[in-house]
Amino acid sequence: MATTTSERGAGKRRRWRDLPHRLDFRVAPYAFIAPFFVIFAAFSAYPLIYTFWVSLHRVELATMDKMEWLSLDNYTALWSDDRFWNALANTITIGVLSTVPQLLMAMGLAHLLNYRLRGSAFFRVAALTPYATSVGAAALVFTMLFERDFGMINWGLGLFGFDNIDWESEKWPAQIAISCMVIWRWTGYNALLYLAAMQAIPAERYEAAAIDGASRWQQFLRVTIPGIRPTIVFTIVLSTIGATQLFGEPLIFGQGVNGVTGGADNQYQTLGLLLYEEGWRNYQMGRAATVAWAMFLLLILLFVLHRVLRRVLSRRA
Amino acid sequence: MTTIVKEMESATASGGTRRRSRLRQGAGRQHHGGPLAYVLLGFAALLSLFPLYWTMVAASTDNTRVTQSPPPFLPGPNLFTNLKAAWQDAGLGAAMANSLVVATVIATSTVLFATLAGFAFAKLRFRGRNILLLLVIGTMMVPPQLGVVPLFMLMSDLGLGGSLPSVIFPTLVSAVGVFFMRQYLADALPDELVEAARVDGAHALRIFWSVVLPVARPAMAVLFMITFVHAWNDFFWPYIALDDANLTVPVALTRLSAGYVRDQSVIMAGALLGTLPLLVMFIVFGRQIVGGIMQGAVKG
Repeated sequence: MATTTSERGAGKRRRWRDLPHRLDFRVAPYAFIAPFFVIFAAFSAYPLIYTFWVSLHRVELATMDKMEWLSLDNYTALWSDDRFWNALANTITIGVLSTVPQLLMAMGLAHLLNYRLRGSAFFRVAALTPYATSVGAAALVFTMLFERDFGMINWGLGLFGFDNIDWESEKWPAQIAISCMVIWRWTGYNALLYLAAMQAIPAERYEAAAIDGASRWQQFLRVTIPGIRPTIVFTIVLSTIGATQLFGEPLIFGQGVNGVTGGADNQYQTLGLLLYEEGWRNYQMGRAATVAWAMFLLLILLFVLHRVLRRVLSRRA
Repeated sequence: MTTIVKEMESATASGGTRRRSRLRQGAGRQHHGGPLAYVLLGFAALLSLFPLYWTMVAASTDNTRVTQSPPPFLPGPNLFTNLKAAWQDAGLGAAMANSLVVATVIATSTVLFATLAGFAFAKLRFRGRNILLLLVIGTMMVPPQLGVVPLFMLMSDLGLGGSLPSVIFPTLVSAVGVFFMRQYLADALPDELVEAARVDGAHALRIFWSVVLPVARPAMAVLFMITFVHAWNDFFWPYIALDDANLTVPVALTRLSAGYVRDQSVIMAGALLGTLPLLVMFIVFGRQIVGGIMQGAVKG
């Protein structure tokens, strides 16, 4: 009798001694992930949601604590504002001009890097170097290269008999120049993502295709592309997000005076620039929030479109 | 959303299969590169590096030479004069110090919190783990730029408007970092190691300190460098948030071009100076950074 109670006591004591240990492992995981969620909630999630609330008000930069309820007035104003549709169109065209060539070139570059090469480390690091350059620096340099009178690009084109192009003040040249900055900075980065995916494709698939008599090009289409499909989707998603947020390149390309308006005729004003112009040039924070929310809706729309397109394409295939 | 998340996981699955793919490295690339491959790659490397080379050239000439056609192709004698002008007159020295502080604090905290959370998600069992991980991945899809208006109001409420902390706080953590560390630790840290330490009675923080950290160190170094690059180069929010008195490098560079300095070669010297720390990092640790990006798809 006495022994059993003491045994029971010992067991109880051990359980009591284990309690902090077990409690520790029950609580620790949450404590470990808490910093991420707390900071994210405070500085990312809350502002994002609160953006919608701000967009329903008139709020001015100088008196941010005064919020006058406007219901959807900011949205109807935006809807009938030509600058909004212009900025939306520019964001989409620059987005296409920068994303499509960038990803195609990245794929080609990744294919080349996937060969057995001497000095492959050099080529990889070289491809990634533009990624280490800030928008600030890269856009300054490219603005010089695209200068009308003494820029290197016009000089180079002049060698082939072309007249000087006014890259800044004409719409399509300006959008092409801005796209070049984006392409330069991100092609190598995307190429490395593709390269990683290509190296994970089992060699047997290539061997099987070769036995079937597939040429190198056919192997690329039938083995490589399907093999890296998830990564292609991933880079499309990333580039799309990046394209809808474009801000620094056009801002700097305008060299101060024309930066925020995206050129004298808004010929390269993106939604990001319009957001900044409304909020910090016109002091209308409520309207700026409306532009931000419109950008968010645009992203959602693009993703829905992307899914529908993929479903239609895969059904056809 | 969930399908996107699934795609994310498979797109970044190379992190999980790293060890296997290293074993048969070269298996996927059975062909030797021919001369054409070298020519094309050489051309690509030229396109990548030429703008940086030319920045150096332009930074070493003077305003008259750099605004002439044909443009200069070879360095001139004024590199140090221009660098000094950019450093002092244009205030880039102060901006470099600011950027150094901002990027170091952000990278340190991102790595610390990402490793903690990554460890929890990879090796500890708790209720809601999968849903919370999906939430982390989902947050990657939302660009933080969309919240700048309330963020600006919030910082001003907190009395941080215009100061360096206002650009530090929002980026102290990163979802990509958490996911990156989770992928790495799930693969590199054996379950038995954690279990053994636990049976020995070590508490969770102790295990994190003496079991997880040593294993995670290489990935932490890579995440530190990549986060440092992003923090150093971050533009949209710092451009909005910071006062002229305390700018970071990319923002200070735009002020340069917007009229404070009209000397183009000094502007180019500024661009060069602002990029130099990252270039040095790339020259020394380029292979590790490349490896990190290929392992974990750490995005911008």
